[in-house]
Amino acid sequence: MAEPHGSALAPYRAVLASRIRSQASYRTSFGLDLGSSLLVGLTELAEVAVLFTSVSAIGGFDLAAMLLVFGLADLCFSVADMVVGHCDNLPEYVRTGRLDVFYLRPQPLLLQLVTSDISLRRLARALVGLVALVVGLVVNDVTWGFEAAGLLLVAVVSGVATFAALFVWAGGLQFFLVNGSEMTNAFVYGGRYAATQPGTVWGRPLVVVFGFFFPMAFTAYLPAATLLGLDTFAGLPAWAGWLAPVAAVWAWVAAGLSWRTGVRHYQGAGG
Amino acid sequence: MTSHIIETSGLTRAFRVREGMKRRTVVAVDDLSLRVEAGEAVGYIGANGAGKSTTIKMLCGILVPTSGEVRTCGLRPVADRRRLAREIGVVFGQRSQLWWDLPTRESFSLLAAIHRLSPADAEQRREELVERLELREFLGTPVRQLSLGQRMRAEVAAALLHRPRLVVLDEPTIGLDVLSKQRLREFLVTERRDHGTTLLLTTHDMGDVERLCDRVVLVDRGRTVHDGSLAALSRTVGAQRVMTVDLASPTPSLPLPDGTTHLGEEGHGLRHRIAFDPERVTAAAVLAAVSAVAEVLDLSIEEPDVEDVVRRVYQARR
Amino acid sequence: MLTVRPSRHLSPGPYPRLVAAGFRQQSAYRLAALAGLVANTTFGFLKVALLLATVEAAGGELRGYDVGTMSAYVWLSQGLLGSVNLYGRSEMAERIRTGDVVVDFLRPLDVHAAAVATEVGRGLFALLPRGVPSVLVGALVVGMTMPTTPGPYLLGAVSVLLGITVSAATAYLVAATGFWLVETRGVALLYMVVAGFLAGLYVPIGIFPAPLFWLATATPFPAMLMYPVDVLSGRVDGLASVGLVAAQLGWLLVVGALGQLMTRRGRRRLEVQGG
Repeated sequence: MAEPHGSALAPYRAVLASRIRSQASYRTSFGLDLGSSLLVGLTELAEVAVLFTSVSAIGGFDLAAMLLVFGLADLCFSVADMVVGHCDNLPEYVRTGRLDVFYLRPQPLLLQLVTSDISLRRLARALVGLVALVVGLVVNDVTWGFEAAGLLLVAVVSGVATFAALFVWAGGLQFFLVNGSEMTNAFVYGGRYAATQPGTVWGRPLVVVFGFFFPMAFTAYLPAATLLGLDTFAGLPAWAGWLAPVAAVWAWVAAGLSWRTGVRHYQGAGG
Repeated sequence: MTSHIIETSGLTRAFRVREGMKRRTVVAVDDLSLRVEAGEAVGYIGANGAGKSTTIKMLCGILVPTSGEVRTCGLRPVADRRRLAREIGVVFGQRSQLWWDLPTRESFSLLAAIHRLSPADAEQRREELVERLELREFLGTPVRQLSLGQRMRAEVAAALLHRPRLVVLDEPTIGLDVLSKQRLREFLVTERRDHGTTLLLTTHDMGDVERLCDRVVLVDRGRTVHDGSLAALSRTVGAQRVMTVDLASPTPSLPLPDGTTHLGEEGHGLRHRIAFDPERVTAAAVLAAVSAVAEVLDLSIEEPDVEDVVRRVYQARR
Repeated sequence: MLTVRPSRHLSPGPYPRLVAAGFRQQSAYRLAALAGLVANTTFGFLKVALLLATVEAAGGELRGYDVGTMSAYVWLSQGLLGSVNLYGRSEMAERIRTGDVVVDFLRPLDVHAAAVATEVGRGLFALLPRGVPSVLVGALVVGMTMPTTPGPYLLGAVSVLLGITVSAATAYLVAATGFWLVETRGVALLYMVVAGFLAGLYVPIGIFPAPLFWLATATPFPAMLMYPVDVLSGRVDGLASVGLVAAQLGWLLVVGALGQLMTRRGRRRLEVQGG
């Protein structure tokens, strides 16, 4: 048996490149998808913004600040959705036996699943998030400099990683649920909803769940709070936004555990 | 480190199945002890639900055994799955390894990248497979537009691209027409001869077994019922073929040689069904005996199917 | 050519049985139902946190909502969320995608009515494991203000049934686009987000700025969720609540007619295409 040739990343690159090529060729429906993605993004913005037609600030956040939070959350979520959103197809893969094919390949299962597809059409939603983020940055009183730029970069990268972990986390649970897609939706889209909220409105239980367990607050709200010098919650320091990478790491640990448990169940280990 | 390609001992797999309110334990594979040497061709046969697919999954590392040991190519399937993936190729009849919406040739490129074959190696191997399996005409066609016969050939090529030591085929000829089956079987025979690849084949089709395998393992409800050569199985079972002859004019009685059983006739001797044991008397001899007294217009020969064989193994044991 | 005529008898025919079948189908998915309930209540807590903070920021009263009635809105809408189809996906969509729908057209049933009836059954079933517990959790943990007279509850029950039916019928329209479009996932996602928003899932439409409010009432979405919640919570009562129920009926007729039309056209398209 010959030694493996080339870099260990080559298999993943090849599959992803192939998916990108095949999607870029679907011109007409791509345009339609772009349009509807835009509408979806705008509606989600409206969900948050509409409240500010009646009040000027919620939980210490005004519309301008909320825009920043929303932009950050939506951008990170859309990018994560683009990269790992297809993981919600897992129930179908399990049902049709496509997952078994992954077992026959010399790569880790999760990596295969994650790199098996990419949804370019979600790019449009990412655009909405990006625009909201930029507007939010402009409208707010942000003192620019290395620190601000650094925080933003850290927040975006960590945010994408955290949301991606959420998809994988939900994926691991799919192995146990019969009709899992509703559960994933709730998990993933509920998490996104939580990420757009100012954590100061949360009571203790919600802080525990969405502040620390599913660390949604660290994807957008806390970095925004740190950036704008606003109040954080639960006694967290003003620089809590810099802890976003920690949240991402934790989220991936949990996701990995969930995935492993799910796979073990699928393989029949432990009944 | 053994030289066995497959080695299982006491391999067992049980499932808990929920039926309405009750739970039942189904033992899909029961105490299977199997040894396959390099280069062998084993037919793993049994009726539906006999545990064939479950065994394959355990051999590949998809399922964990409930008890017992299994080694494939000397590796532990679950723990060493990724290393094992380089050594085995599997063709699942129902699951496809190919990318549905892409041209066939692109599936091969992707698989070459996934198995990290050197470009030269991949090219040479692909050419060989394309040539031998006659894939060239539809290399550019998306997989979803292929006929079943074409798709199965492509699947076999895909499974063999990385030159695995062991090839497992799960019902590869199911649903194929006679010509496609033949081509596939011929290819597998040649492949084995040229590369020494070990073959494990599950099938419902005794024809597959006869043409491809030198050893037969028969399972029934998870347990091994026979493990030996096909000839040995035939001897145990008294394997029979059934010949149906249509005669030009009604001939009520026929002088049949030893090793045959007259099963029945229709139309006052216009059509006869004759069972014969191919070990003891050839089809030609039976035909000759019949032709001696009547003109034969048409004849057909049925091969026993797996369920038949299983039933007869049980009967022979009693 | 085979023509399928809907039953002309006055009896409801097999449709009530279909409702019951939809009901039973759901009971098989117990774990998923529990998971759904957990997701439901979590979403409810998030909504309550945000909206109550908003009410407080507005000085304790926001367009007629106070803390108690806002909480009632949150929990009633969450309770109904499992029964009202706001995500746009349905069994019918899957059947059209795979082509199984061709079999349906051969049966002596009105495909449209049958699909809607099954979906309504599914929705009604969900009231037990999802609807009631959500409301209970809300009442016990957060507290909410509910009417003290029986009227809103009686009319509310009717309104809930209508809401579920309107949502099932509209989700059918989404599925029916599958007769023409190859991929309905994009449409379904768009539907999920827009329908939820305009139905008052995230924010009661009473809080919308005027133009948005009128936009919402021009769609069938509030009839699915907002109106039943308004009637049940007693926020809208008396003649006005009857008016809401009447509006629901009106939407049901409109959406139903559209569904019939699309089914007929869609069926013809299938026949032309050869299935």
